[in-house]
Amino acid sequence: MKIVVTVKQVPDPNSVTVLEADNTLARDKEVVLDPGDECGIEEGLQLKEAHGGEVVLVSMGPERAKDAIRKGLSMGADRGVLISDAQLAGADALLTARALAAAIKPEAPDLVICGTESYDGSTGVVPAMLAELLGIAQLTVAKKVEVDGSTIRIHRQTADGYQVVEAATPVLITVTAGIAEPRYASLKGIMAARSKEIKQIGLGDLGVDRGEPAETIEGLTQAEARKAGVIIQDDGTAVDRILQVLTEAKAI
Amino acid sequence: MAKIWVYAELNQGKLQPTALELMAKARELGDVEAIALGAGARAAAATLGKHGAKVVYVNEDASFDDFLAEPAADALEALHKEHSPDLMLFGFTTDSRDVAGRLAARLGVGLISNAGDVVSKDGAFVAHVPYFGGTKVASMRADKKPAIILIRPKSFEASETGGTPEIKDVDAALGAGSKRAHITERVVEASEKVKLEDAKVVIAGGRGMGGPDNFPLLEALAGALGGAVGASRAVVDAGWVPYSMQVGQTGKSVRPGVYIAVGISGAMQHTVGMKASKIIIAINKDAEAPIMKMADLGVVGDAMKIVPALTAAVKAKKG
Repeated sequence: MKIVVTVKQVPDPNSVTVLEADNTLARDKEVVLDPGDECGIEEGLQLKEAHGGEVVLVSMGPERAKDAIRKGLSMGADRGVLISDAQLAGADALLTARALAAAIKPEAPDLVICGTESYDGSTGVVPAMLAELLGIAQLTVAKKVEVDGSTIRIHRQTADGYQVVEAATPVLITVTAGIAEPRYASLKGIMAARSKEIKQIGLGDLGVDRGEPAETIEGLTQAEARKAGVIIQDDGTAVDRILQVLTEAKAI
Repeated sequence: MAKIWVYAELNQGKLQPTALELMAKARELGDVEAIALGAGARAAAATLGKHGAKVVYVNEDASFDDFLAEPAADALEALHKEHSPDLMLFGFTTDSRDVAGRLAARLGVGLISNAGDVVSKDGAFVAHVPYFGGTKVASMRADKKPAIILIRPKSFEASETGGTPEIKDVDAALGAGSKRAHITERVVEASEKVKLEDAKVVIAGGRGMGGPDNFPLLEALAGALGGAVGASRAVVDAGWVPYSMQVGQTGKSVRPGVYIAVGISGAMQHTVGMKASKIIIAINKDAEAPIMKMADLGVVGDAMKIVPALTAAVKAKKG
């Protein structure tokens, strides 16, 4: 089974977002492989281990996004593809999906694995767009994946439980964090990853036009901040203070 | 008048609350028409009419319930071709975003996701989207027609205006090619005592709870207050509690009377799902945690001591 996993390098979710005066993101911020994508890679590796095949990581981003791909390769993925192009700076969801689709199509995968949404952009729509552009079905929000011949069957997370949903390959699935505990890269894996291929391609190679963006950012305003409240040290009176607030709010 | 469409999501015959929230906003923006697909569409149409839909397009074909995304995207594509709306509103829910994503890619128009509001400006639509860790709000203008905008649940208050819609049957030509992602079974797991989305009091735990073994402390407090327990993404990802408890951008949006955040630092991922709560109480070891800056009452201390004491005190007070 040929498996493509889409991966993204994102600002470290555990670090605090810092804005420069011109409203751009502070550049010195740590970047990491999106934690949700680590779960996708893990799921891909487990499927490969059970059913054979190849796991290819496809990413889009600046040159340094190779670090994110390299991390996935050190976990055990076979090779990587990085779409990198100055014209892709500030790409919206549709352009992202178009570039990914163009890079993934020649791979002719049986299965494409995406996270449900990235930690930073969080539009949550790239996988659906990608499935559409690849002309394949999508099975979303999977917390469990089974392979049954050429049928992929998932448990799709719902508000009160799950749905069992299945489709024939080729198919795209999105996986929730927690579908699989990502493995740590072994020293052997890290060494092996150094010699694994990461192919770098641009929009021209893919035959993709940047096109007109679907939306324009007109401006940024300060988010409505909540009125600052009171901060107290718990010196033994905290419970009484909380009780007072709960009573005033008629919660008791 | 602009032609505004609301995709009225149905789930096993039931109109989803987000649909009526979207109706309230859509009425401000132009003439509202709604699309209801699947079991219960006709009954839903009457409700949508009471909330301001002048026309409701319906089709009760079982494919809409049995297959993910594609039949609905097909029907919307066909309807769009015939009626060319100016704006299509969807809820930012897993089902709707699957449909909207496919449709936007097919129409080549893109979309704006995760918006908290939308306004009409100089003949265009501008969505307000949380940005840069939620500290800013970006005004994003949709440049293509139709504009497709996904709005977070609970962004607007649903309200009836009265009215009877014209109901039009959609002649949906659903090819076998779109009946691919087949729902073969629906499983309901043990349901929560009080639904998180509906709870008047929510007690949510984060990494500061130390581990899953301490979550019963929150359950006990929720029990005493008649509330529900939620969690941050960090602890859901760590597998401490199920995803159904997650509050935040990728989880549930809640706006209870009181939200008690225990051991939650307050990353934007989380706060975007709870900052509309009337009163926020935060209990955290770290006085500098972002959650403290948005809490009405921030308590710096040891949650493992405070929470059980609070539970006992609430019980004593209630008698």
